[in-house]
Parts: sequence; C-alpha cells; structure tokens
Amino acid sequence: MTEILQAKDLHKSYKMGKSRLEVLKGLELCVNAGEFVAITGASGSGKSTLLHILGGLDTPDAGYVEFDGGRIDKFGAGQLNRFRNKMVGFVFQFYHLLDELNVLDNVVLPTMASVGSLGWLARRKRARKRAAELLEQFGLGERIKHKPYQLSGGERQRAAIARSLMNEPRLLLADEPTGNLDSETGNGILSVLQSLNRDGQSIVMVTHDERMAERAGRIIRLADGKIV
Amino acid sequence: MYKLKLAIRYFLRRRITSLAVVAVALCVFIVVVVMTVMNGLVTEFRSKNHNFVGDCVISTDSLVGFPYYAEFIAELDKQNFVAATSGAIRSFGLLTQPNAEWNLGVEIMGINAADHIGATGFAKTLHYHALDPENVFIPSYNPTLAGCVVGIDLMPSQRNHSGEYYHNPNPPSYKLIISCFPLTPRGGLAKAGTDLVNTLSFSYSDDTQSGLVKVDGRVIYVSFEYAQKMCGMSGETPRISAIYVKFADGAALDESCDKVRQMWRDFVEANKTRRQAFLLENVSVQSWIENRRSTIGPMEKEQTMLTLLFAMLGIITVFVIFVVFYMIISHKSKDIGILRSIGVPGRGVVELFTWFAVIVGAIGAGIGAAAGCGVLVKANNIEDWLFATFGFQIWDRSIYAIGDIPNKIELHVLAVIILSAIAASVVGALVPSIQAARKRPADALQVNSL
Repeated sequence: MTEILQAKDLHKSYKMGKSRLEVLKGLELCVNAGEFVAITGASGSGKSTLLHILGGLDTPDAGYVEFDGGRIDKFGAGQLNRFRNKMVGFVFQFYHLLDELNVLDNVVLPTMASVGSLGWLARRKRARKRAAELLEQFGLGERIKHKPYQLSGGERQRAAIARSLMNEPRLLLADEPTGNLDSETGNGILSVLQSLNRDGQSIVMVTHDERMAERAGRIIRLADGKIV
Repeated sequence: MYKLKLAIRYFLRRRITSLAVVAVALCVFIVVVVMTVMNGLVTEFRSKNHNFVGDCVISTDSLVGFPYYAEFIAELDKQNFVAATSGAIRSFGLLTQPNAEWNLGVEIMGINAADHIGATGFAKTLHYHALDPENVFIPSYNPTLAGCVVGIDLMPSQRNHSGEYYHNPNPPSYKLIISCFPLTPRGGLAKAGTDLVNTLSFSYSDDTQSGLVKVDGRVIYVSFEYAQKMCGMSGETPRISAIYVKFADGAALDESCDKVRQMWRDFVEANKTRRQAFLLENVSVQSWIENRRSTIGPMEKEQTMLTLLFAMLGIITVFVIFVVFYMIISHKSKDIGILRSIGVPGRGVVELFTWFAVIVGAIGAGIGAAAGCGVLVKANNIEDWLFATFGFQIWDRSIYAIGDIPNKIELHVLAVIILSAIAASVVGALVPSIQAARKRPADALQVNSL
C-alpha cells in the first residue's frame, strides 16, 4: 500500500501559566492511501492537536509531517493554502458551517475559494451541480437552500462532510465528527464515513468514543503524547 | 467571488454594522452640510470683495491722494490685458440732513459711474438703477438734482422684522448734506479759497447693497467731480485716491498685476522730477485678493480651522469604525478559521473584510450624503419655517450680511467626501482584519482545547 501521510517525531507543547504542557512527545504515525484510521485517547491526550498538525492548521514545535512524500513544513504560504484546499478536507466536531450562507453555498465554498472571480464564473455551474449531487448523496437534497441553523446536528455534520469532499481531497480529517451528536445520529455519520472509505477515500478520524473508533479500519491509541 | 458574497451577507446579518454605517453617515452628513455652507459663505464673501474693487487696485492710504493719474489711466487703457479702469476718490466726511441735529462719520467714495460699473461689480449692488447704473447719480424723482448712493445699512427702516431688506416701489426723496475735509498735497487743511467747497447737499438716488458690512454701513457714493472738489483734490494738479482695474477675460490675475506693477514703477520713474512726485511713492499696486486680505483673511482662517476640526472628526470616525470592526472581526474568529481551513489565504481574509468595509463606507456615505443634500436643498425653507414658527434664525440677518444660506452642492467636493469616508472605513477595518488574517487557523478556530 502507498503511504499518503507520515508524521515523524512530532513534538508540541502549550504554555500553561509559567510552565509548559507537553502534548505530543515524539509521535510517529503512518497512514496508507485508502485507510480509515481512528485515533483515540483520553480527553487532553493531544488528539485534536495532532489532527490539526496533520492537516496544516497548526505547526509542531519539532518533527514534521510528510504528505505524499512532501514535507508540509517546507510548503510556502500558497502551497499550504492549496494543500488545505485540495489535498485535505476537514470535518469538525461543531460542524463549522458559515451561518451567513445556505447549505449549498457552504458546500461550494472550497471551490469558490480556489479560483478567482472569472474562474468562478466559468466553473460555477459545474461546481454547484457537484455540490447538489453531494448533498443529494447525503440525504440533504431538499435542504440546499436552508441556512445551517435551520438543520439538525446530524444534517449539519453531513453538510460539513459534503463540503470537505467538494474538491475531492486525497485525505479526510475528521475531528470528533460524532462528538456533538446523539448515538443514533453519530452512527449514521460513521456509516457515511465508512461508505466513503469503501469507495477509496482515505480518512483519519479523531474520537474519544471507542465504539465509534471500532468502526474504523485501524485504531491508534494516544497516551502521554505518544502512540501506544 | 466568495469575498464579496460573504461581505454582503455579513453586512446584512450583523446588526452591529448599523453602528458603523450610522457613524459614517453622521460624519458625512455633517461634513457635507457644514463644508457646503462654509464654502458657500467664503466663496460669496470673496466674490463680494472682488465685486467691490475689481481685479487690481492702485491706491494710497494717504487721504491726500496721488496726482498725474489721468496719464497712468490712459496708459492702462492702451493695454490689451486691461478691460476697464475707474479712478476714485476715497475719503471721510460727515453726514447730516437739513435742519437735523445729528451727524454721522461716513466714508465718501467719488466715482465716475460709467467707468466704475465697467471696472467693478458696483452695478450689481444697486436697486433702483439696476437697469441704468450709469445714471445712478440722477435721482429718478428729479433728474436735475445731484444724487448720491447710500450704503443700505445707513438707510433708516430699510429692514423688516426678520432682518430682510425691502424697498418701496419708488425711491424716497430726501436730502443729505455731506461735509469733507479738503487737504493740500502736503496734508494740511486747505485754506478757504474761491473755488473751495467742502459741504454739499445731495439727494438720495439709490442705495448699494454690496454684502460687505463695512461698505454697506459706512460708504456714500457721490459723483467723482463733487468728491474731488470737496476733498480738495481738484485744481491745477488734480489727485485721486485709487484706480480700480478690471482685466480682460482670460488675463491671469497675478501676471496682469505684475505687469501693472511694472508699469507703475516705470511711471513713477518717468515722473520723479515733477512737483508732486513725492505723492507717487506711497502708492501700491495690489491684486484684489491682496487689497482685501484683511477682510477675507479671517474668514479663510475660519474655514481652515473648520477643515482641521473636520479632519479630527474624520479621525474619530475611523476610530469608531475600527472599534466596530474589531468587535465584528473578533466575533468572526471562527469563520476566519473555517475559511483558512478550506485554503483561503490570509490575503483573502483581509480582502473579505475590506469589501465589508467598502460596503459599510459606501452605504454610510451614501445615506449621509443624501441626507446632507436633502437638508441643503431645503435649508432656506427650513430656516424660513424655523423663523415663522419659533422666531429663530440660524444667521441673524440684522447682524450677518447674507441673503440666503449658501446651499450650492459642489459635486467634486461631494465625491471627495464620499471617497474619503469609504477610505476611512477601509483604514478602520484594515488593522483588525490584518490581525485576524495573521492568526493561525487552529487558533482562529479556538481549538486550543486539547
């Protein structure tokens, strides 16, 4: 199997008053293409921090992350933005949809952000068609004109997944995607992720819920800043 | 495209933006109204001063005057950059009426009406002779009498209770007695001679409303010959106090004044051996702006002060907008994190909030400008209504020599004010948006929780 993501000797600490709290202590990780990896650990074990470093939203104090053989700490600002826009898709615990936009516009946003005004005019129709198809696929075909606050938690998370897939990223990073949902709705979201993985989507999911983690292809446990 | 779209949505959804819009609108409203009125007052005041003296003034402060003027006027009239000239006597005298027990110190101005209306805007200030200003010293009720033109504020009961001037359909017939102090070329009081007349009786012919308080309240115009005689300036070597010059259309003011100055220097040089040449030394050649500087200057200073005050108001507006944007952008931290997580560059975040600021600035400036223009268009109606209802005038016409409130909106000034307001909004939004764009996406998403 091809390696898509590799983390080497990651260190990360936060300042807590006068002392520093070490969250990651030389963490090593490897994810293959097409894998569905769940990262579990106790609250405060550094799961979310690790996910943000893997997706280029945060930087490690030491160590590095390789994506498709390229070190993301060596990326320039433009490259890093393209990496976040095209290579990875994020799904957050609190959905993080923009309240000012309707569901369709939220989903279409990554494509809109990747092109200029003229480029968008050229791609607008195609992009909106793909967004509508994704929403249809996730059972939100009737809700595309709704605002996020008019949707249930499960619907919002499915809209967030649709957005993360809009630019067909090679890797999906999900941070506690079921953490804010009841168990039935959370199971529905996991089914969606499993289905995507069956279609070849690489996924790294952070969760504290062991039952949810068991539905992934591989489970990595984080404790004391390292994989155990 | 997402930047404009989101900026519009933010504008429509965030109630706090109405605060920024109101701040911009109020600022623009005040600046448009006050600057238009102030600019109008200054422009009108300059124009009144310009009308009073023409383009260039050759004059002496001495009450004795200066001689050989006819030769210099003849020289001036030959120049193609000179359109008209008018010699004038300016002195002081006492005004009274037959059998009256009062007298009043006034300024006497002796002019040749036909010349003076060509060189200055004198004709525009007349009432009864507005259509035949060259006959202004001929009273319409008795053309055989020697007429005089009285500053409108010297006229008794010439204003109604709201301070506005009014005229009877026909000029009133009454006599005025003017006494002057004839002076010798050396400045001594001229001794009584056979042809020396220092007191003459004139009949009211018209009044002059120049809009200049010191002119309308102190000056009486009489015909040149009478004034020259009463001031002791006629005789073998006649003298005058000033020559007013109007330049031809298209002649540059400073350049033409320089030419007149040079002509005067040459004239003085050529006449230095003549008997009264010493009187030519005290004569100055000034443009109308230099000549009226002491009158115009304070008003221009006031305008500069107001401009500075409004610049400070602009700074306060920028600060208000800065605070409002700081609050808005602080509340949009999560959105900025979301945008950064989908690959929007920091520059994109700044552009998004710049668009937002442009919308706030443009709408605020639009509202302020529209309200300002509305108030200006109706300014005189509003003042009339205030006076009719509450007896209140913004400018008491019994004190201020203005007619209507100036309300001519200068489109280029309006455009500058609107663009400045938009620029102020952008400046106010720039700092917080740059700060927000510099945040790491993880921090913006507030994902510090472990």
